[in-house]
Amino acid sequence: MADVTTGEQIVFWILAPVALGGAIGMVAARNAVHSALFLVCTMLSLGVFYVVQAGAFIGVVQVIVYTGAIMMLFLFVLMLVGRDASDSLIEVLRGQRMAAIVLGIGFAGLTATGLARGLGEVETEGLEAVNAVGNVPAIAAELFTHYVFAFEITSALLITAALGAMVLAHIERRKGERLTQRERSRARFAPGNYPAPKAGPGVFATSDSVATPALLPDRTIAERSLTDVVRIRELTAAEARPKGTDRR
Amino acid sequence: MTPTYYLVLSAALFTIGAVGVLIRRNAIVVFMCVELMLNAVNLSLVTFSRTTGTLDGQIMAFFVMVVAAAEVVIGLAIIMSIYRTRRSASVDDANLLKY
Repeated sequence: MADVTTGEQIVFWILAPVALGGAIGMVAARNAVHSALFLVCTMLSLGVFYVVQAGAFIGVVQVIVYTGAIMMLFLFVLMLVGRDASDSLIEVLRGQRMAAIVLGIGFAGLTATGLARGLGEVETEGLEAVNAVGNVPAIAAELFTHYVFAFEITSALLITAALGAMVLAHIERRKGERLTQRERSRARFAPGNYPAPKAGPGVFATSDSVATPALLPDRTIAERSLTDVVRIRELTAAEARPKGTDRR
Repeated sequence: MTPTYYLVLSAALFTIGAVGVLIRRNAIVVFMCVELMLNAVNLSLVTFSRTTGTLDGQIMAFFVMVVAAAEVVIGLAIIMSIYRTRRSASVDDANLLKY
C-alpha cells in the first residue's frame, strides 16, 4: 500500500508522540492551566494531521474553532473560576483510580487489536478524485445538498446553546435592588451613622493584632474599633494557662 | 505505514480522555478530557473519509465540531453557575443537584 508518502510518515512520527504526550500531560498535570495548554498541543497536531490527510478545510477549522475559540473559552473560565481551584487528592471511591487505569489499558488493548484485525488489509481509496475541484468546493457541494437539513438543524442548536449560556451565566438584578449613589450618600449622613472612617484596631507600635483597640485623644479605648468577637471572648483560667506545647 | 496508524493513535487518545474523565476531579479538566475524546473521534472520522474515498467523514467531523462548540458553551456556563453557588469547581462538591 504505497499511498502514504515519506513526508506524511515523517509528519506522523513526529506529531503522534506530541499528540500522545499532550494528552497524557493533560490528564497528569496538577494545574488546570497546564492541562489546557497540553490539550492545545494535542489539538494543533491533530489539525496538522487533518491537513495531511487531504482535509485542508477541516484542519483549518480545527485550528480556528478548537485551539482558537474553545480552548480560549476554557482558559477564560479557568481564570474566572480561579486558577488554584486544583484537584483534591482524596479518593472518594476507594481504588477508583487504579480501576480506571486498568479499565483504560483494557479498553485500549481491545480497540487497538480490533482495529488492527478489522482494518489491517483495507484498501485506501484516497481523496484525490473527490478533491479534484478543491477541498472546500467539494465539501460545500456535499454540505449544501446531502447534508443541508442537518446543516439547518445546526443553526437551531447553536442559537439554543447561545441562549442557554446567557440564561445560565446571567445574574438577575432588579432595578430596585441596587442602591443609587444618592441613596448611599443619604444613608451615610443620616442620623445615627458616623460618616467618617472608623478608627482602625491594632495601631499600637507594639502590636498589630485586631484585639488591640484604637485609643481616643484622651487615651480611653475607642469601643468602635474593636470587633464584637473580640469583645465577647473572655478566656477562662484553664484556657489562659500555658499549654506546655513547646518542649524547651 | 498505512492510514490504520491514525486509527490506532485515535484509539489511544480516546482512551486517555476516558481515563482522564474517570480520575480527574476538577470539573473543567473533566470537560477538557471529554473534548479530547471528541477530537480523537474526529481524527478517526477524517481517516475513514480518506480510506473510503468520500467526504462524508470530513463533514461528520465538521458537525461534531459544531456540536462540541455548543456543548462547551453550555457546559462551561453550568460549571460557572455551580461555582457561583458552591465556591468550588470539584465534581465531588456538586453532589446535591438542588441548589
